[in-house]
Amino acid sequence: MENKVIVSPAPHLHDKTSVPWVMWQVVIALIPALAAAVYFFGWNALYLTLLGAFSAVATEALIQKLRKVPIEVADGSAFLTGLLVAYNINAGAPWWFPVMGAVFAIAVGKQVFGGLGHNPVNPALLGRAFLLASWPTLITAGWVKTRFGSINGIDVSSLTPNLQTVSSKAYELVTSATPLNVIKTLRDSSFVNSLTTNLTDSHNIANDIYQQLCNMDTIKNLFWGNIGGSLGEVSVIALLIGAAYLLYLNIIEWRIPFFYILTVFVLTLLTGGVKGMDANYLMLPLVSIFSGGLILGAFYMATDYTTSPITKNGRIIFAIGCGLLTVVIRKVGGFPEGVCYSILLMNVATPLIDRFTIPKPFGEVKK
Amino acid sequence: MNLKTFPGGVHPHDNKHYSKNSPIREISIPEKVVIPLSQHIGAPANPIVKVGDEVLTGQVIAEAGGFVSIPQHATISGKVTKIDIFPSPVGTSQMAIEITGDGKDTWVPLADDADVLFLSAEEMKQRIKDAGICGMGGAGFPTIVKLSPPEDKPIDTVILNGVECEPYLTSDYRLMLERSEDIISGLKVIMKVLGAKNGYIGIEANKPDVIELMQKLTKKESDIRIVGLKLRYPQGAEKQLIYAATKRRVPNRGGLPMAVGVVVQNVGTAVAVYEAVRYKKPLIERVIAVTGSVVARPSNLKARIGTSFATLVEFCGGTTGPIGKIVSGGPMMGFAVPNLEPPMIKGSSGLILLNPKEAHILQEKTCLRCGRCVDVCPMNLFPSLIAQAVKVQDYDTADKAGMTDCMKCGSCAYVCPAHIRLVQWIDTGKIKLAEIQRNKK
Repeated sequence: MENKVIVSPAPHLHDKTSVPWVMWQVVIALIPALAAAVYFFGWNALYLTLLGAFSAVATEALIQKLRKVPIEVADGSAFLTGLLVAYNINAGAPWWFPVMGAVFAIAVGKQVFGGLGHNPVNPALLGRAFLLASWPTLITAGWVKTRFGSINGIDVSSLTPNLQTVSSKAYELVTSATPLNVIKTLRDSSFVNSLTTNLTDSHNIANDIYQQLCNMDTIKNLFWGNIGGSLGEVSVIALLIGAAYLLYLNIIEWRIPFFYILTVFVLTLLTGGVKGMDANYLMLPLVSIFSGGLILGAFYMATDYTTSPITKNGRIIFAIGCGLLTVVIRKVGGFPEGVCYSILLMNVATPLIDRFTIPKPFGEVKK
Repeated sequence: MNLKTFPGGVHPHDNKHYSKNSPIREISIPEKVVIPLSQHIGAPANPIVKVGDEVLTGQVIAEAGGFVSIPQHATISGKVTKIDIFPSPVGTSQMAIEITGDGKDTWVPLADDADVLFLSAEEMKQRIKDAGICGMGGAGFPTIVKLSPPEDKPIDTVILNGVECEPYLTSDYRLMLERSEDIISGLKVIMKVLGAKNGYIGIEANKPDVIELMQKLTKKESDIRIVGLKLRYPQGAEKQLIYAATKRRVPNRGGLPMAVGVVVQNVGTAVAVYEAVRYKKPLIERVIAVTGSVVARPSNLKARIGTSFATLVEFCGGTTGPIGKIVSGGPMMGFAVPNLEPPMIKGSSGLILLNPKEAHILQEKTCLRCGRCVDVCPMNLFPSLIAQAVKVQDYDTADKAGMTDCMKCGSCAYVCPAHIRLVQWIDTGKIKLAEIQRNKK
């Protein structure tokens, strides 16, 4: 009996956390969003998600075997990455799409750097960036309608009657684009001017569309998820339920999501709506924070441990940077959405931020 | 009551239920005691007895080895049977004096000055010095040194540490319930020695009965205040307790509490001080919590210094199953020892026996950079960065990140999901850095 007594350094107690525990809790937190995706887009959402998750796990296992390191896919980190890649994909995408994204995310985004804890940028976002660069139309076009309605919540029949005959361009816009796409397109004055042969008519149609988009109905749709978009990012309420769970378990910290979303809200408010179009000034910032990948990005991607700053002040700088870049890309960049690239860019800045925000020890003597 | 606290820290389950309701019991005089020469921080004591000498209980057997040192006394009467290397309760083996008892427990003559506060501060100090008292909370800093601050560092505040923030431990709790008046008298003695105007007793909120009792007893003492503290580890660390009670920040990089006019003493130490000043009684016994899931009857025992852990466990009815780990001290900062041979010393606040399920060794994984260690560090350091730097032998970076300010409380390692042994890495770094600095000179 005596020889079984363990002698090890203090502390002799440990709380319940472990790497697998953390990873699987995040997976659990993402289940409501998956349920919402299945509810709004059908079973294909589940199918694509599982393909993404399991191809990530398989890739990680294979590479760990080739690297002759212990196979640790049970820790849930590859599963989580695959899940997040799939959440960034249009529910109408072909089966191989999440597979490509997940394989790239794990192989190039994570394992080449040495695996868990060593990747400089978020692997899931790198996977999405890879898909966006390789098959841009599959990511940015071909959005599918939710089971209950349109892609962006705009009621076509309430717009100018017979919109299809008056302006086929405007009709196509309101029936095929997500809210951020619509806003991006309306910012393009040459597009607006070419809607009809008459400039005033064109402007009126565009203004109608804008007002329809920036109202409470759209915000309700965004909140519940009854809107087009990547399958895991559409339901704000489902994502917030999971986020509350993670905050409660102390797995994520409030600073990054709070300052990220706040920055996007404030900057969108300050920079105003679309030039020459009217809507309640508060509506566009609200639509901005609820649409696209911001909620998913702010709570689940920007908070990734490995690629975000460790220090509290560093996290605030990181989050404000993400918010700033997101708004810049959305407003003046080429893409309607900027969450993915802004987080990736701030990931790269993380070591620098950490270096400048090393905390001052308790009782630091002022020099 | 308005509860106070400090920034950072963790909330381990306190597991005090095992022994909290067991009143202090005095164990029978052991047949044999082993008294280590170094039970404290500073120079070891020098033996002044030889093998074969007859000694009385309370007789000096080793003299203080310097200013930062304390004498050691025989804790039973009998014969010196060995002066040799013995297993130590704090990790390594060390020199100790073994006394085999004659079963009579014959004491050296004691005094009884019931009005302790009429004694002069000088006389008090001499008695405290002669009694061989060191801090009884665990670290074991010689009490007389703390009570002799340099002239340019006046002390205005004495804080008694009744926090007992380490899980499992209940010896201070029982002491505060059962010896509350002696603790307050001890505090008054310490305040008189230092000329301090303010006395605080810091107690955590999981001991409401003690808080109430102490408040009742100090109602008429305008210069003594009871400070209720939020439950949080490591509140009993000196700098954290000082901050919680007074909002003063002890300077880092080797700053001592006296720099902000404060001296902190454990409540057990206060009792020892009181007994030393009133009775001229040396520190030869203390209360130790013998507890944990494997102990048949977890208890708070009053036992002689030098009693072996095996004797203590036997007195508690032995064990109820296989032992997974033996912890000498608290579970957050205590030492794991390989068997029950070592003796209890002046700083032994607890002996904890964990079962094999509670004693698993966790495998170290890669750092995820989650930042939990930074969030909980009570010294506001960057533990993962320090550990990482030590791993690659970059002691300069580790030092700049505050390595030497680490007090090894273990909060970071407690929360680390990758189970990185942060305390061990940081400690290794400290030792290496000290070596490098020595070689430079």
